[in-house]
Amino acid sequence: MTTATIPAPVQPDTPGAQRYWNPYIGGAGLGLTLLASYMMLGTGRGAAATPARLSVVAAHVVAPAAMEANAYAGGWFDGGSPLANYLVFMSLGVILGGFLSAFAARRTKLVIERGPSASVALRLTLAAVGGGLVGFASRLAAGCTSGQALSGGAMMFTGSWAFMIAIFAGAFGAAHFVRKEWT
Amino acid sequence: MDAFLGTFYSEGTLDTSRALLVAAAVGVAFGFFLERSGFGSSRKLVSIFYLKDFAVFKVMFSAIVVAMLGARALSTAGLVDLTQWYQLETFLWPQIAGGLIFGVGFVMGGWCPGTALVGAASGRGDSLVFLGGAGLGSLIYALAFPALEDFSVSGAQGVSTLSGTFGLSPGLTALLVVVLAIGAFVGSNKLVAWKARQTA
Repeated sequence: MTTATIPAPVQPDTPGAQRYWNPYIGGAGLGLTLLASYMMLGTGRGAAATPARLSVVAAHVVAPAAMEANAYAGGWFDGGSPLANYLVFMSLGVILGGFLSAFAARRTKLVIERGPSASVALRLTLAAVGGGLVGFASRLAAGCTSGQALSGGAMMFTGSWAFMIAIFAGAFGAAHFVRKEWT
Repeated sequence: MDAFLGTFYSEGTLDTSRALLVAAAVGVAFGFFLERSGFGSSRKLVSIFYLKDFAVFKVMFSAIVVAMLGARALSTAGLVDLTQWYQLETFLWPQIAGGLIFGVGFVMGGWCPGTALVGAASGRGDSLVFLGGAGLGSLIYALAFPALEDFSVSGAQGVSTLSGTFGLSPGLTALLVVVLAIGAFVGSNKLVAWKARQTA
């Protein structure tokens, strides 16, 4: 297997932007951060909790009594605001760290990313629907690629591995049907 | 327990302002490495599903291997008690169903929640729409929870690990995960090269 036969990985299309890191180096950094998170916090990563908690807080503005009595999310109001939560603060950090990295590498760009033949309307419609499925699934599986697959996977939990394998199966299985969006 | 390094979780202080600050700092490092790896781009993320670039898989599994081996080493050295870290219980059926739905949403939406935050930070408008959808999907789950509750706890196995499931020692299981990951890294390169030849 010579490197000449392996196509180059996808790189930024912004002129002047730095290339992305080697995936194994990026992965090692992510893994060490995950280990540090467990050693200090006693927990791993988590991201899907943030849009979930934000939407529940937004719904609370409209229907406070109903949300506080909600069988799933009502407990989030017990200790004050559902946003006073370590995963929400971790997400704030992710946004800051992501911005610093993108800015330093000249990769910040206001754009709707999509395949060469996809319209903005198609891309945004599928982004909304895909987001809805991901949000729903993250509650059902008690975590997303961060909290369940990556964190639980590293701790070798059976359910986390089942979730991770199912994600790849679902995505590879559905890719053909949304190829107009990307290829 | 005194011999082990305590955590905010094991001390029950995960909701204190100090813990929130540490979580934010950890998040900065997560966001940095995700963006460095190219995960602020939905085009890069989904390219794995068209057999073009396996960065998602390579980054994720090298992170899993590093954290897994680190946790094993710290545990073997007697520095940490892994059972004092947050234990994710196994509920097999909702996790498999959730994974399948998540995977479909991932390739449709172009993001997962964590990478969408990085995308939002680097200016990708599609990530904001995705996050809005994710919030709505979560809310629908919360509202429909009474109908979903029984399924959400089906296939319950408590705290179940791969080593327990397969009846192997944790060390041997970790070694198998490493071998599997390296095999999959090499295999994914061959797959990408094969796909390129097909479409050339």
